Amino acid sequence: MSAREAILARIARARGVAGAAVDADDLIRRHPRGPTAPPDEDLVQWFCSQAAHLASDVARAATLAEVPEQAARYLRERQLPMQAVCWPGLAALDWRTAGIAAAARPVRNTDLVGITGACAAIAETGTLMLLSGLDTPATVSLLPETHIAVVEQARIVATMEDAWDRLRAEHSALPRAVTFVSGPSRTADVEQTVTLGAHGPYRVLILVVEAPGR
Amino acid sequence: MQVTALHFQRTAAASLHDAQLQRALARLQTKFVDARAAATEIRDRALRALDRHLLRFEREATARGTVVHWAESAEDVKRIVAEIADLCREAREVLRPRFLAADLGITGANFLVAETGSVVLVTNEGNGRLCTTLPRVHVALTGIEKVVPTLEDVTTLLRLLPRAATGQSITNYVSVLTGTKGADESDGPDHFHIILLDNGRSGLLGTELQPMLRCIRCGACMNHCPVYQSIGGHPYGWVYPGPMGSVLTPAFMGLENALDLPHASTLCGACAAVCPVSIPLPDLLRHLRHRQVERHLRPRPERIGLWIWSWLAQRPALYAMAARSAARLLRILAGRKHRLLHLPGASGWMRARDLPAPAGRTFRDLYRTGRRA
Repeated sequence: MSAREAILARIARARGVAGAAVDADDLIRRHPRGPTAPPDEDLVQWFCSQAAHLASDVARAATLAEVPEQAARYLRERQLPMQAVCWPGLAALDWRTAGIAAAARPVRNTDLVGITGACAAIAETGTLMLLSGLDTPATVSLLPETHIAVVEQARIVATMEDAWDRLRAEHSALPRAVTFVSGPSRTADVEQTVTLGAHGPYRVLILVVEAPGR
Repeated sequence: MQVTALHFQRTAAASLHDAQLQRALARLQTKFVDARAAATEIRDRALRALDRHLLRFEREATARGTVVHWAESAEDVKRIVAEIADLCREAREVLRPRFLAADLGITGANFLVAETGSVVLVTNEGNGRLCTTLPRVHVALTGIEKVVPTLEDVTTLLRLLPRAATGQSITNYVSVLTGTKGADESDGPDHFHIILLDNGRSGLLGTELQPMLRCIRCGACMNHCPVYQSIGGHPYGWVYPGPMGSVLTPAFMGLENALDLPHASTLCGACAAVCPVSIPLPDLLRHLRHRQVERHLRPRPERIGLWIWSWLAQRPALYAMAARSAARLLRILAGRKHRLLHLPGASGWMRARDLPAPAGRTFRDLYRTGRRA
């Protein structure tokens, strides 16, 4: 008997007859929610304060057109390099005028700034939901030291459950990787002291865009 | 600051009648109590139909190009990983110049999702993201009990796991990984293997230890355990320290290989109070102690001592006489200081403690006299 059959047989035996009534597939069809916290305040406010709480830097932009200038100001203020790698969908913004050389290409080890969008942003925890894909490569938010995420206000949802609903509505299946990002990479493994910037980015700027505009 | 502790009762009474405060306190309480009840039910529900969920998980994962392996033991795991690594090496020799980075990333899994065939990884550092994004091959090794039916179930558990572990509302990164890299994708592994390890887990189903399979490895029991706080993790001698280790190690590796662990607890109950999936750890530890006695695994002096005590305790007259003589003897031994500094057979205990001398009369004597008076 294979390990698979042996393991399944043992479980089935322990489950006995009582468990047989459980309709596992029905549960998946209904996918009921657990208890969730209702929003205390305006969703956008809630998201911004929670994201800041987890050490993300947060800035607001009225339209998408304002994004390059906001990003440039952030990079200049911190004396960070003005070269960036970005998702293809964001390459059309006027980065050049703002002084940023942004390229949509695979990430190289030397890239220091990565610019992405987000499928959803979760107010409860100040979290970004990023999906992997050809046009949304996961490495852009992972390898560079600075991660700039452009989030349309309409994509802010209250909870992770709401984010799953949005994903189910917009995609027929899960992408290879759904990554939830809540602030810069950190570790408390070394002597229980939290330090930022372990394997992922040292800093995360979230640019909340009120209206995509033109 | 002025001390107002003398007014404790009055202030406490006022607080009890402060509706706003009570609402806030209740919200704080019920949030945890509600989430914990839901999480406990989610884990129980998953365990009640564990085989169904595993099969669904296997079907969904396979449909996305993931290879699912089943392992009975650590030996199985070693063999499977070696086979995968061999495949890797062959490919490496041909394509070596193209792969500068590691070829193979190995992770565990915090949860498996039956609905989607996904592996859920929770990290702060980003190491989990690195070794599941860059290498060509990703191997996730995990216990069969980690499967839950839906993404919503995982979400509820994710609200509790980091809070119970490190007090974070969410970890920096949560990755939900499903299948291999798409034909048109630039990132992600070409091969994704999941090893489902039993290693004694299925044997706990339907036994008193089944609640332990709810464990989500947050470590809250460990962080709150006075024994762990005094000795740290190494003495627990295997993967899991603290109260969860004191149950898991004997359960997975054999009771006879972890004789002291069920006793490495004061049974104060802190572990059960903080557990986000309501595992009754003290009950399970007591159960393991019971099993040790049943299987004659306790040391000979302890067994003989307990046998003598139980023989005596079942003979009330004899017991009373023995107790009376022992009390008298101890009193004589204690002498004028009225305390004992040494006791044969208890030198370890007595090294840091004195034993006050018995009053000379036993409880039964006093009780009889008192009732007559």
